[in-house]
Amino acid sequence: MEIIRIDSLSKKYKDSDYYSVENLSLQISEGEVFGLLGPNGAGKTTLISMLCGLVKPTSGSFTIAGLSYRESAMAIRRLIGVVPQEYALYPTLTATENLVYFGAMYGLKGKNLNQLVEAGLAEMGLSKFAHKKIGAFSGGMKRRVNLLAGILHDPKLLFLDEPTVGVDVQSKNAILDFLKERNQSGMTLVYTSHHLIEAQELCDRIAIIEGGKVIAQGTPQELIHTTQDARNLEDVFIALTGRGLRDAI
Amino acid sequence: MLYKLGMAIRKELILQSRDIGGLIILFVMPMVLLVTITMVQKGSFDSITGTRIPVLLVDNDRGEIAETVRKELGSTGNFAIVEEIGDQTLSEASAKDAVFRGDYQLAIVLPPKLSDDLNLHIKQNVDRVMAEFSYSDSDTVHAAAVTIQKKDVNLYFDPATQESFKTAIKSSIDKLIATIEKDKVYKVFQEELGVSEEAVFDQDQILQYREIGPAEGGAAIKPSAVQHNVPAWSLFAIFFIVVPLSINIVKEKSQGTMVRLITNPVPYTLFLLGKTFTYLLVSLIQFYLMLVVGVYIFPLLDLPSFEVGANFMQLSTMALFAGLAAIGFGILLGTIATTQEQSAPFGATFVVILAAIGGVWVPVFVMPAVMQTISRLSPMNWALNGFYDILLRQGSWMAILPQLILLLLFFMLTLLIAVLYDKKKRTI
Repeated sequence: MEIIRIDSLSKKYKDSDYYSVENLSLQISEGEVFGLLGPNGAGKTTLISMLCGLVKPTSGSFTIAGLSYRESAMAIRRLIGVVPQEYALYPTLTATENLVYFGAMYGLKGKNLNQLVEAGLAEMGLSKFAHKKIGAFSGGMKRRVNLLAGILHDPKLLFLDEPTVGVDVQSKNAILDFLKERNQSGMTLVYTSHHLIEAQELCDRIAIIEGGKVIAQGTPQELIHTTQDARNLEDVFIALTGRGLRDAI
Repeated sequence: MLYKLGMAIRKELILQSRDIGGLIILFVMPMVLLVTITMVQKGSFDSITGTRIPVLLVDNDRGEIAETVRKELGSTGNFAIVEEIGDQTLSEASAKDAVFRGDYQLAIVLPPKLSDDLNLHIKQNVDRVMAEFSYSDSDTVHAAAVTIQKKDVNLYFDPATQESFKTAIKSSIDKLIATIEKDKVYKVFQEELGVSEEAVFDQDQILQYREIGPAEGGAAIKPSAVQHNVPAWSLFAIFFIVVPLSINIVKEKSQGTMVRLITNPVPYTLFLLGKTFTYLLVSLIQFYLMLVVGVYIFPLLDLPSFEVGANFMQLSTMALFAGLAAIGFGILLGTIATTQEQSAPFGATFVVILAAIGGVWVPVFVMPAVMQTISRLSPMNWALNGFYDILLRQGSWMAILPQLILLLLFFMLTLLIAVLYDKKKRTI
């Protein structure tokens, strides 16, 4: 059963000469880990931003669990969780204070909220830093709290925009293990990353985006097998998108 | 929804309490500003309430006019006559030097023989009039028909003296000379008519003016630096929360927390209301701190105490609504601005402009007509007028209602624009 259905979705920013996302159609099934891969400026973040309700599409439509933002924005927001690329946390609040606040915004409260925060911090190995300010955390610790803030309310669908960027191997593994576990308990993950090996390991299906369009999609194995001389996802990526630099403003 | 609002307020309060620099800007700096400005301005208001401005008098006349000037200026209570500096009697040159050095604001130099020549001039005129009516007799001593040169009373002003002060002084001196001349005319007429023993002319003025102000408990309320500055600079401080509030909103955008908040099942309005309640509390605390300074700290600094009287509730309400107006503007600025570099200087400059046109520094009635019209658009002017209505004009709740409504409308309008702008800009 599909949880996301995208039909001919396009986005052209006001001062831009080109479409960031152009006529893009895609279906993502419930329970999948779906990877959106592509070079810089391919349109991954714009696509996720539209799906999260942050950016208005220029044309086309999409539904989340059969709902559209136009009619059911609040219902969609209750279903989804968002882990942005930035550390979307208050640096002068402690880890617990941040998580309690964001959990409360989803309607969680009292003992239940406190238990969820404690359990989450324990699972991420951050219990002893629970009452330290986020500003003093390392990049990896912030990433883990950032992830927790997006899943405290146990969303049906979780959007992750490069959740492991700039972290050490230990933190990366902790994050990936945590995500796999959540996926096994039924959470759908939509994930962007530049770490192709990580994506190959984590994702059930992948769409490679270039110039705002899906240029290939399938399971990691399907993509590797259908690409000549490809031994892994990185080879597929280079074969499809080329070696040229993608600088754009 | 109330629970979420409560949690949003709690978060804002924790953030505020941990921002030491912000706390200093919000609470300490306005108090320092209030004390500094009041002490600086004390002098100009003291001309009304007691302290005398020293005025140099160079008496080359040594006659009755000099005596009258000395007596009249001294009796106004505004001036202290100085005729010697360091045991040296003043000359025109030394007085001029002292004034131009900035040691004194004003020197008055009376020319030699001013009294004698004025007497002679008047006597000549009276003789002429009496002769017309054939009242003069052989016993009358006629004034010699000599030509009297015009006499200059030289006034030296410190170049830094404000024009309004100069105008007031010149007007006082004009009045003084006119009075002396009038008295002289009456006196000479009496002498000519041979009734010099008792005054036949009633020299008391028929037309007089009385200044009647609103009175509290029978005592007239005098505008003082304190009664002016406490509400004015409290307002300035309250409106300055535009800067930290707009920075706070811009920070939410730049550090990514806004993304999380927008994707939460919470309307943007609730997010803004959380900030509104928090900053409203901040603005009230600011106001009460300013009142504490006015009532309890000023007397320790030899300044008059701020008189709250029975107006505490009205003052608090006016501060609350002024806070709402400032918050509305801060939210709008924070919503539109994309960087702190935009919001901070723009917010600070705009607040200074609002204060300037609102009458915080210069009273609105002395502004040019165009600026007076513009000042009516400043929410700081509405609030300041409200405070003056309460403190100085004995205004009732009904009297301040228009100002309260205007401030509330300003808040609602700015909040509405912010919400609509955000909706148009971002959401689906």
